[in-house]
Amino acid sequence: MNIVTKKRARDIAEKKYKYGFVTDIESETAPKGLSEEIVRFISAKKNEPAWLLEWRLKAYRHWLTLTEPDWANIHHPPINYQDAHYYAAPKRKKLQSLDEVDPELLKTYEKLGIPLREREILAGVEPRVAVDAVFDSVSVATTYKKKLEEQGIVFCPISEAVQKHPALVKKYLGSVVPITDNFFATLNSAVFTDGSFVFVPKGVRCPMELSTYFRINAENTGQFERTLILVEEGSYVSYLEGCTAPKRDENQLHAAVVELIALDDAQIKYSTVQNWYPGDENGKGGIYNFVTKRGACRGKRSKISWTQVETGSAITWKYPSCILQGDDSVGEFYSVAITNHHQQADTGTKMIHIGRNTRSTIISKGISAGKAQNTYRGLVKIMRSAKGARNKTQCDSLLIGDTCGAHTVPYIESRQPSARVEHEATTSKISEDQLFYCRQRGLGDEEAMALIVNGFCKEVLAELPMEFAVEAQKLVGVSLEGSVG
Amino acid sequence: MMLEIKNLHAAVDGKEILKGIDLKINAGEIHAIMGPNGSGKSTLSYVLAGREGYEVTQGSVKFRGQNLLELKPEQRAAQGIFLAFQYPVEIPGVSNVNFLKSALNAIRKSRGEKELDAMQMLKLLREKSKNLGMTEDMLKRAVNVGFSGGEKKRNEVLQMAILEPALCILDETDSGLDIDALKIVADGVNTLRSKDRSMLVITHYQRLLDYIKPDFVHVLAQGRIQKSGGAELARELEAKGYASFVPGEAA
Repeated sequence: MNIVTKKRARDIAEKKYKYGFVTDIESETAPKGLSEEIVRFISAKKNEPAWLLEWRLKAYRHWLTLTEPDWANIHHPPINYQDAHYYAAPKRKKLQSLDEVDPELLKTYEKLGIPLREREILAGVEPRVAVDAVFDSVSVATTYKKKLEEQGIVFCPISEAVQKHPALVKKYLGSVVPITDNFFATLNSAVFTDGSFVFVPKGVRCPMELSTYFRINAENTGQFERTLILVEEGSYVSYLEGCTAPKRDENQLHAAVVELIALDDAQIKYSTVQNWYPGDENGKGGIYNFVTKRGACRGKRSKISWTQVETGSAITWKYPSCILQGDDSVGEFYSVAITNHHQQADTGTKMIHIGRNTRSTIISKGISAGKAQNTYRGLVKIMRSAKGARNKTQCDSLLIGDTCGAHTVPYIESRQPSARVEHEATTSKISEDQLFYCRQRGLGDEEAMALIVNGFCKEVLAELPMEFAVEAQKLVGVSLEGSVG
Repeated sequence: MMLEIKNLHAAVDGKEILKGIDLKINAGEIHAIMGPNGSGKSTLSYVLAGREGYEVTQGSVKFRGQNLLELKPEQRAAQGIFLAFQYPVEIPGVSNVNFLKSALNAIRKSRGEKELDAMQMLKLLREKSKNLGMTEDMLKRAVNVGFSGGEKKRNEVLQMAILEPALCILDETDSGLDIDALKIVADGVNTLRSKDRSMLVITHYQRLLDYIKPDFVHVLAQGRIQKSGGAELARELEAKGYASFVPGEAA
């Protein structure tokens, strides 16, 4: 192989997962393994107050009594929890400004297309997105903090919020996902390292999209981020998260917890484009993504809307949910999950109707190709108190080829006779007719596939903020490469 | 020479459907292919467009001097072959505008031409759709989804007008159309007639040929062209039927 063909081969590989590079950066890493000592180490590194250390230890001790859940339609070799690092941070002094951030790190984010230097983002133009960048275990930069602070909005790493807004953190952390919630959430509670904290005070409409960008870089490292978003009465925030990781042959664990709280008339729009490394076409490597996301519509007429585009990870296990406590509150879940090659996804939502006239909408689009397995798992639960509750669920699965699988597992529990629950599900194969029609009009086979699948996902993609929509459409095409023919 | 088919044999699922077709079409000519059901009319159109599963077992097809059979469907489209489908396909969630923009730009790109942006595309679409009586709403709707039979066929002609092919193959474009819709579609096709563009009109009935006047008419039966003639042959067929071309089915 000469140099030119080597480069071409590399280019082609890069195109498949262009975020697969590794940044050579000096990092400070905790020794492998999980113990009380490690939990104390993390807490000490973050200079946390005693109550938080106690909280973590309680979670850790509880975790020791738990076993991994096995009800999901996923298969993987046992995870050795002692074989990972639970803390990795780029080495640094206390930073006063972005200028002190390691240039290698800034370059990494530039490569990912995420500008962290505010002045370079759009000189003179009203900013539309503020970014919090989390690298391995630590938040490295948050942009537009000052501008947001003028309106009383807090957008910062959660470790900083622990220091600066301890009362809020103490009151709400674990209030939606308790530390005993489930195996992975409990693990996260013990060892979470960073993540974002958002607080929008009463009556404020957040003027820009808030975005967190997660990046796993270090080897053999788990990422356990914790996000807490609190929106007070009558306020609104739209929050986006994106994630990538280098290509590595071993599996890496990602177990995040996200908690959302919406008070009266508050609205939270939470969008995810998850593009963790999915492993290679033989199923080697890739991220194990075990995530607990839950929002509480505590207030009357509050609304929480989850939109997710899940294209990455070897395994995706996540069920962004809404607890509809406030009367007339609204929960929404819009999901696209694409699995190709050996990827496995078991994803869906839970809508728990407690308040009167609560409404929920679920639209799930699952696409499977290659040897992938894609499961929608959803629970709609109507409590006796939820008079007049309504739910509408639509689950569509699309199969590409005949070696993949699509599964739909809806659970409906209703204790309130006046509630209305609708469930529709379809499964279809991408049709030869459609592909041929597109190709006859001049589109290449992969282009045709991307167009048809984007059409299939349109209702969900339309829910994404503009800044993410174009990227997500491209991602849909890229993740299906190699699935045609 | 636009198209030259020599001794073309083709099979579907191992069953031979086309059994030796010979046909020459010069630039600017309109050829009609008529024949009973199951004679191989649609198979011929799919073979020319390169559909998978339609296996050429013998013979050759030259399109503007080059071997058509070695090209992929999208390459044939880029070279100027357009097939108006008998049953246009629905693509949910993809707007007509987006579909046509993607198609036209894919073709322009492969020809080394500059791609059109959304505004240029919309302008072009408005201009071309006027004569076809297509509303702005139809352009924004998903490709063929919820379209009536007539609307689908008009949409095919619109695509043809936008992509400006060298050879148009119309596969039973008249099927499922009432007389008003037929006129609109035929008018649309007629405005695309030019000395550089050839057409292959496949139909069961003579009716369409009252509106799209062919230069030549061929009778396809049992996988072969049984008879060729001028426009008058179509009327003869309408009067006598196909029975004389199908042994064992004598009237």
